[in-house]
Amino acid sequence: MNTTRRAALQGGAAATLATLAMPSIARAAAGSVVIIGAGFGGATAARYLKTASPALDVTLVERETSILTCPFSNGVIAGYNTMADITRSLDGVRAAGVKIVAGEAAAVDTAARAVRLADGTRLAYDRLVVSPGIDLNYEGLPGYSAAAAEILPHAWKAGPQTLLLRSQLEAMPDGGTFIVVAPANPFRCPRGPYERISLVASYFKAKKPKSKILVFDAKDAFSKQGLFQSAWESEFPGMVAWIAGKDGGKVETVDVQARTVTSGFGTEKGDVINVIPPQRAGAIAVAAGLTAENGWCPVDPMTFASTKAPNVYVVGDSSIAGAMPKSGSSANAQAKVVAAAIIASLDGKPAPAPALFNICYSLVNPNYGISVADVYQATDKGIVPTPNAGGVSVAKPTSLNERALEALYAVAWYRNISADTWG
Amino acid sequence: MSKTLVAIAGSALLLAFPAASQTSGPTGQAMAQTCYVCHGPAGRSAPPIPSIARMPADLVRSRMLEFKAGQAPATVMARIARGYSDEQIVAISDYLASLK
Repeated sequence: MNTTRRAALQGGAAATLATLAMPSIARAAAGSVVIIGAGFGGATAARYLKTASPALDVTLVERETSILTCPFSNGVIAGYNTMADITRSLDGVRAAGVKIVAGEAAAVDTAARAVRLADGTRLAYDRLVVSPGIDLNYEGLPGYSAAAAEILPHAWKAGPQTLLLRSQLEAMPDGGTFIVVAPANPFRCPRGPYERISLVASYFKAKKPKSKILVFDAKDAFSKQGLFQSAWESEFPGMVAWIAGKDGGKVETVDVQARTVTSGFGTEKGDVINVIPPQRAGAIAVAAGLTAENGWCPVDPMTFASTKAPNVYVVGDSSIAGAMPKSGSSANAQAKVVAAAIIASLDGKPAPAPALFNICYSLVNPNYGISVADVYQATDKGIVPTPNAGGVSVAKPTSLNERALEALYAVAWYRNISADTWG
Repeated sequence: MSKTLVAIAGSALLLAFPAASQTSGPTGQAMAQTCYVCHGPAGRSAPPIPSIARMPADLVRSRMLEFKAGQAPATVMARIARGYSDEQIVAISDYLASLK
């Protein structure tokens, strides 16, 4: 990625409090709201709550001092972006009048309406928003563990793991094999593994053209599959081999010392192995009793209120949001629904009807973007895409040059969702 | 049961009456706020994604209807515009035009 685009990714957060002002629904709702997690879901909820209803006491609990986003972390892994590009300050959230408490939420007493932090601090609430993102389910893949991830990185939470995978790929010799292990649904960022494969292939094409990428997938199909596979064929012919679950892609065990993955069809050795393990809702959601047997949090599709505890809302990757993917865009949209629902609830009014939307851009290379977008309907059967709308980018680009345009829009999306979320 | 009681009684009851909260559909404001994920906070964006804040309602409406009908070149907006009824497009346009 060139410097101009990197600068574009960084800058332009021109949003001020004024730009978020919602004059038509100025409300007097008062009360205290505690939010756990300052990612796309939690930070959006915090800012929209405080801006729509300044009398609210809004407290955001976050263990990190700044946020590292998963969007564009694949760019870091492939060498097109830096960690600075994906670091978001919480200053804009603070400037909106949100109290930020540094710490880790350890427990929730839903009967007494209080959150207990790891350091013993107790935060009382009238309404609680839980937006902790995912935890990795290491037990879901025999041979894998937190310790194993130091050798075979997951890089599925942006941070040291992102840099570890980057350094391993940089050290890999030309002609090496990069293995990606992709999980079954549902998981964070369903297009993420395939964007990662694409961007690493783009890096290999430029720097290590004899290298191969072998993808072991627990699934038989994946998001934007036709677009990705067509791009792999046209941009990196012969480099990427994707193995469907039914064809031996479902990995049964990984061997950290031998650097191998084993499926029902045999064992393969990789020079670099990226294991994306199964996932579940963040630990605090489990501790608070908000999860179902499948490890994720059931919610009312109209309000994202937990169906497990009163006065608690769950947004983002932790929630079971029907057809909505676990993405930053989904979390941002869900957080606005929650903000409106909480304000209505504190005012003693019925929740307004939700508006739900998601868009996920993926880059095949820095000049080749594709997208999937949907407008959703919340129904008594859950959240479903609007019929005859939404879907993926055009299969065959036209004179509009869709791939190049969508690559530019992907960068602009990141800048704008960042400003909408963190200010 | 009054609407207020339903709201206070929490999720279990709300789930039992989904139709009640869907009667009127989302407001123009709620729908417009979903645009900000790409078009920036309060619809203000730097290029290449256009700013949509304070655009004349007629312009947004006619543009969205063109996207919906496949009559305007688009990467993603045709897919999105088809997700809204003509009435919802009017509500979104009116809200965006009203932004201060």
